[in-house]
Amino acid sequence: MTETVTYELMVNGERRVVEGSWLGESLLFALRERLGLPGSKNACEQGECGSCSVRLDDRLVCACLVLAADAQGRSVTTVEGLTGADGDALTDVQRAFLDEGGVQCGFCTPGLVMSVHDLLDRNPTPDDLELREAISGNLCRCTGYGRILAAARTVVARRGEASLHESEGPA
Amino acid sequence: MTVTGERTATAGRLGHSAARPDGVPKVSGQFAFSSDLSADGMVWGHVLRSPHPHARIRSIDIGPALAIPGVHTVLTADDVLGDNSFGLEHADQPVLAHDVVRFTGEAVAALAADHPDTARRAAQAIVVDYEPLEPLIDAEEAITAPPIHPAGNIFRQLVIRQGDTSAEGEVVVEATYEVGMQDQAFMGPESGLAIPDDDGGVDLHMSTQWLHVDRDQVAACLGLPTEKVRLTLAGVGGAFGAREDVSMQVHICLLALHTRRPVKMVFTREESFLGHVHRHPARMHYRHHATRDGRLVKVEARIVLDGGAYASTSGPVLVNACCFAAGPYVVPNALIEGWAVRTNNPPCGAMRGFGAVQACFAHESQMDLLAAELGMDPVELRLRNVMKSGDRIPTGQVVSGAAPVEELIRTCAAVPLPPLDPSPAVMSMPGGSGRTADPARVRRGVGFAVGFKNLMYSAGFDDYSTARVRLEDGVATVTCAAAEVGQGFVTLAQQIVREVLAVDEVVVAPAETVTIGSAGSTSASRQTWMSGGAVERAALAVRARVDAGEAGPIEETYEHHHPPTFPLDENGQGVAHVSYVFAAHRAVVDVDLDLGLVRVVEIATSQDVGRVLNPLQVTGQIEGGIAQGVGLAVMEEIVLDRGLVRNASFTDYLIPTALDMPDVTIAALVEEPEPGAPFGAKGVGEPPTISSSAAVAAAVRDATGLALPRIPIRPQDIALA
Repeated sequence: MTETVTYELMVNGERRVVEGSWLGESLLFALRERLGLPGSKNACEQGECGSCSVRLDDRLVCACLVLAADAQGRSVTTVEGLTGADGDALTDVQRAFLDEGGVQCGFCTPGLVMSVHDLLDRNPTPDDLELREAISGNLCRCTGYGRILAAARTVVARRGEASLHESEGPA
Repeated sequence: MTVTGERTATAGRLGHSAARPDGVPKVSGQFAFSSDLSADGMVWGHVLRSPHPHARIRSIDIGPALAIPGVHTVLTADDVLGDNSFGLEHADQPVLAHDVVRFTGEAVAALAADHPDTARRAAQAIVVDYEPLEPLIDAEEAITAPPIHPAGNIFRQLVIRQGDTSAEGEVVVEATYEVGMQDQAFMGPESGLAIPDDDGGVDLHMSTQWLHVDRDQVAACLGLPTEKVRLTLAGVGGAFGAREDVSMQVHICLLALHTRRPVKMVFTREESFLGHVHRHPARMHYRHHATRDGRLVKVEARIVLDGGAYASTSGPVLVNACCFAAGPYVVPNALIEGWAVRTNNPPCGAMRGFGAVQACFAHESQMDLLAAELGMDPVELRLRNVMKSGDRIPTGQVVSGAAPVEELIRTCAAVPLPPLDPSPAVMSMPGGSGRTADPARVRRGVGFAVGFKNLMYSAGFDDYSTARVRLEDGVATVTCAAAEVGQGFVTLAQQIVREVLAVDEVVVAPAETVTIGSAGSTSASRQTWMSGGAVERAALAVRARVDAGEAGPIEETYEHHHPPTFPLDENGQGVAHVSYVFAAHRAVVDVDLDLGLVRVVEIATSQDVGRVLNPLQVTGQIEGGIAQGVGLAVMEEIVLDRGLVRNASFTDYLIPTALDMPDVTIAALVEEPEPGAPFGAKGVGEPPTISSSAAVAAAVRDATGLALPRIPIRPQDIALA
């Protein structure tokens, strides 16, 4: 741990310099402890719980399983980097988690928010099994997932209504 | 009265699904959990744990650890500044072991370093010379085995004698049941930050369930007066009982005082499994006596709980297991004997359901066995014996409050069964995405269970909570040390004050030991009643002054005690409890007979809630509690091999995922106001966990025809039967 390195990461659209790091540090550690972005959570350090889910370019990954230095030259998006449409501070997924009661202790929430966004970007109208499978890598111990699944379904419904209104809008 | 939907309620007030005040920070990653804290000059703490379940410590050499650059200090038992023992009820657990280690994971040394990985490497460099001793791993043996601790091996022994203990029934069923060791497995691992102060004291920021009792234990172990330990609740990532005991609190404070630096510690998942108490494994022998027409005559039970190496709350857990051993039924005669014992297994203490879970699995399995013996429908047998208000539990105490058990059973059993899909997708069968199921070898089963337990503390404990409400310029501020662990007390506190004072803006101040007295623990389904009641009465006192025309800032503090309870006498008789809460569950499962895999298809439930104060939060507690019950039934067990924990990770200790969790149908939230309860509301957190496991086990029995006397039910219990 005596040899330290300095490198750059692109996080939430900004160039960030990681200083005094050693090469064995995970992306999760760099985000949380070096870059002051603790929104991604550490609950297992072995990729089982999904609490540290972030986007690396266009893929959802467990930040605990990615070496920070390996993320150079790629784009990292964390929960802190999410912004809603029309200047809303929250995304529609975040809003739906609140509206449907998907938050209790909240430790799993950032990872699940990232996971639901990732699913709905790839598959805007998932069926029940697709939805459950997509979030099955994110453990939650408080909710039993019922309100989280409800939140995801609400997002699907609201996006569907919004696109319907768009298509019915004035010509 | 049965609630079928959200009634009309004013937004933000009681009865409405008010928004959580911590909701926006939690969805946006801005909420500060204890593991997110930092301070200037901070170093990282770490604890070296025993790899042996039982061993004598011959010597400890910390030299190699101290020699590692970046290591600030290494502490052993000699460095503990105050008492080297702590415990929630009995201070029988060493802060750092000095002569003997009694379980795998016991703390031996604590150290601080400039990087968490340096700290972990340094711990590995400490040389401990152990002389392994034979571990005591069998709870039955522990009753008579030579003591493994100066305080002996029996934490608590209890006998309940009710009525004619020699009474006999025309029909007798008898069996032995077992429950494995479940882990609370909250998501946010134990973590905290201790900051030394110039006055020789320490500021501790900690995720915990009970601030003031943590403070008292920490102060004693630091040799400080309590006021020099100032505890602030840091964001809690779930609790479920595991944060009721001290874990790292003393260690990080000792490290902070020795290094004169802020010290942060975050458990890895493995340390979390090793470093907190678990649900007690139980071995329960039962004999039910009944008449031919299905009326219970007598229940005999012998319950042995494995408390592991240290006392924690083993005594009260045993009291609960015995008090609720016969289930929510009219039982004229009973003989219930219980032991909670010390072994070299991991320590056990509080987990959601607290003794009632284990007993429920046994008494409900017995009711099914009796129904089969009588050729009677299991639901009908339960209705024939159902307890109502005015009946007695085996301790002789009358259940004077609401006991709508019959309505719970009827509404839950009336839910239409989910249809059998004639050509199910293989993904939705047992084995799921493994695509292992052969539809011809999958069987459906249905099981039913009812359970109950006490609300709040029992048996003479002076249980109270303190709250302060201040009204200034139309804004109310609530100060209360009730630990918000995810359940939503902060939401409820706002709702209560809005309701009582008719204000919109209510601020919930941080929970701290320096600003207010104890709120008791966030456990035993007690905060709605205890702290909710304290908030209500403080707010009512403020309103009285407003109504009297007083202007300016008004502040009132209220200490809310529940009616006194009393310890059980030598026959296990007495008024030990304040109130009870009931729930019923019906489980539908599909079982792969060849592979022994179980898919839980649906859980239907009805719950006794007194009054729904926040519908969304009640739903969340019910669904979340059922998930933990399903986990205990078919997935979750800490696997022990001669005292060694074999599965201390989320790779090996499996909790339900979104694919494992069935749909939950809430048949009824029965609102029969509880006399004496603030707003008539009962706590809702524990009942979902109590009888859901038993219902799932009954459903698997129904599908397989096997006896299955043990939970969790493992694939081999079915496939190799």
